[in-house]
Amino acid sequence: MTLLAEKPASVLRRPPERAPYWTMRRRDQLAGWLMVAPQLAGIVAFVIVPLGLVVWYSLHEWNVLAGTFDYVGGENYQALLDDPRLGPALRATGLFSAGLVVLNLSLALFLAVLLNQKLRGTVVFRTLFFSPVVVTLVAWTIVWGFLLQDNGGINGFLDLVGIDGPNWLRGDTTAMISVIVVQLFKNVGLNMVLFLAALQGVPAELYEAARIDGASAWARFRRVTVPLISPTILLTSILTIVGSLQVFAQIAVLTQGGPGTSTTVLVYYLYQQAFQFHHFGYGATISLLLFVIVLALTVLQWRMRKRWVFHEA
Amino acid sequence: MKLRTLTAAGVAAALLALAGCGGGSENSGADGPIDLRMTIWSANAKHAALFDQIAAAYKKDHPEIGKITFEAIPIDNYTTTLTTQIGGGNVPDLAWILESTAPDFVTSGALAPIDKDADLLPSATANWEQDGQLYAYPFSTSPLGVFVNTDLVTAAGRPTPAQQIAAGTWNWEQAAATGAAVQAKTGKGGIVVGDFDFKGWDTLNSIWAGWGARPWSEDGKSCGFDSPEMVDAMTFVHKLVFTDKAMPGPGVTKDFYAGDAAMVLTQISRAALLEKAKFKWDLVPLPKGQAGEYSVVGQAGIGVLKRGEHVDAAKQFLAYFTNQENSAKLAQFFPPPRKSQLTTETLAKANPLLKPAQLQSVVIDGIERGDIKTSHTGYAELQQTVRAALDPLWKPDADVKAVLSGVCAKINPLLSK
Repeated sequence: MTLLAEKPASVLRRPPERAPYWTMRRRDQLAGWLMVAPQLAGIVAFVIVPLGLVVWYSLHEWNVLAGTFDYVGGENYQALLDDPRLGPALRATGLFSAGLVVLNLSLALFLAVLLNQKLRGTVVFRTLFFSPVVVTLVAWTIVWGFLLQDNGGINGFLDLVGIDGPNWLRGDTTAMISVIVVQLFKNVGLNMVLFLAALQGVPAELYEAARIDGASAWARFRRVTVPLISPTILLTSILTIVGSLQVFAQIAVLTQGGPGTSTTVLVYYLYQQAFQFHHFGYGATISLLLFVIVLALTVLQWRMRKRWVFHEA
Repeated sequence: MKLRTLTAAGVAAALLALAGCGGGSENSGADGPIDLRMTIWSANAKHAALFDQIAAAYKKDHPEIGKITFEAIPIDNYTTTLTTQIGGGNVPDLAWILESTAPDFVTSGALAPIDKDADLLPSATANWEQDGQLYAYPFSTSPLGVFVNTDLVTAAGRPTPAQQIAAGTWNWEQAAATGAAVQAKTGKGGIVVGDFDFKGWDTLNSIWAGWGARPWSEDGKSCGFDSPEMVDAMTFVHKLVFTDKAMPGPGVTKDFYAGDAAMVLTQISRAALLEKAKFKWDLVPLPKGQAGEYSVVGQAGIGVLKRGEHVDAAKQFLAYFTNQENSAKLAQFFPPPRKSQLTTETLAKANPLLKPAQLQSVVIDGIERGDIKTSHTGYAELQQTVRAALDPLWKPDADVKAVLSGVCAKINPLLSK
């Protein structure tokens, strides 16, 4: 800092034809860089460097037990293309993401609209729906695991109303539905709060004008609410899709990828390959595939925003 | 441009400083005390107390040793956590190793060779040897037995297994009938296979070994799931769950130790869990299978990690930890692999909860006769592949033979590797 303070003084004594090095612009630049430096250092240390290492690992066969680390070139990538288990893993990931994103966004929006009314008790319900967001994920999942057992709470309740409930975590379809629902209720509160904030930002006079024009409640929602909160819809959908592609703990606790491989999503498969089967190089290759998928989906959404997001057109 | 270079240099310097901090704090000095760390999967307070007692006695005679830590890692993810530690450079000096992953650890060269005591039973060391060299001490050689809640069996109006043994009728048909009677009459669970939960399929070897079935051939090259013995055994298990209703079904948990099941097939080292049991219990050998009497032994080894910081100190401590005297102490939890200690007298002193007859029939006969549990190189991948392929079996209308052929189709490529 003393360096910065002294420089201009010395510059003053120089012949006038030489422009001072530490111009206002340069000083501002340096200050800007210094301000972002901590954040930048964090990104480099915890994102860029690990990402580079993952690429490096993917070119190697790394056996942690033997302590060997051999360069294999593109072999892991070839193995990925030939892997018969990759297709089912991608399918499970797609099913999970599609199910979660659709259910999460529609439920979150529905709850937000409902709780945006000026009625008694909305604060209680807002708190109720938001509280799972702050619960530890694994604890939340373990409790659901008990509820979803064949002789667990959910089937006990269904039994009371005369329904013979399925063995939730042991059927291919019901296991997938179960992990989606567990994740849905865990995080729907977060999107709900984001939607609530957006809803409250919609100017009341627009609704009034629409009402005077004779628009029905649905038309007001469709033509006024949705366009005005579309930036939030974009944000929540990107967050939810990215989050859904990274689902791990629920699968590890509830199903361990089963029954069969019906809930072996990509992240769980990469965990199996890297940490259980000790194929760290191959695991790194799968994680790069996941990275490319997340990147592609995010870029796609970002590109498409101009078509439907208000303020962006 | 200059500024950009400056910033980049600053960031690089900061990173280096960070990395430097991490690297500098490691205890690598040869002069300071040597700290040893052993990973184990038991968090049992009594086990820990005994280990600490042995470690304290060792430290008295070995001033160069600082701390000896026994780090408990939950059994569910034990091997995964251990290998992740090794992969991350946080290598423990000693580690318990499950019998199923013995070939992976022994053949990979991860373990340092150790000395073999002549007192060790050859059947106990076989799993841990390569080219005549021992790579882990067969620390616990624990036969599987059946713990019986005799209160529940009697309440269901069935003769107890002990009575059936006396009458010569203790076989799987009778065990199934008892399990079914308990489930039907008391609403509690019948027969529970310890650690199975319709995922840990390898624990079913406590049943299928009675049919003479094996998951794969002894050389590990060919699949045994589609063998007639295995089909018969698994048909029996399927019937046990879905037709006889003698075993709690998938997704149903019944805790034997809490009094919720009639029988559990597990290692005798679990007897410690029954100390405060509020019901009458007994320990009996596995029922007679279709292929006659049989026994299955679970095993754990302790190895010295070659890439640990203090290999020689770890070897010395392991030799002390498992010597004649300490092995006798450990025998109360972990049946010793030593010929000289496999007597009812030694075992009875260490296992006050078990009667001499139980020790003779289950432990001593079991270890001498028993098959060691399944193992193979690349075990984790095989384990998961079989688990996934076997899942369709756990439905009431499953075609046992077709499912088992499917298992072979999936694991043949792995076995032939």
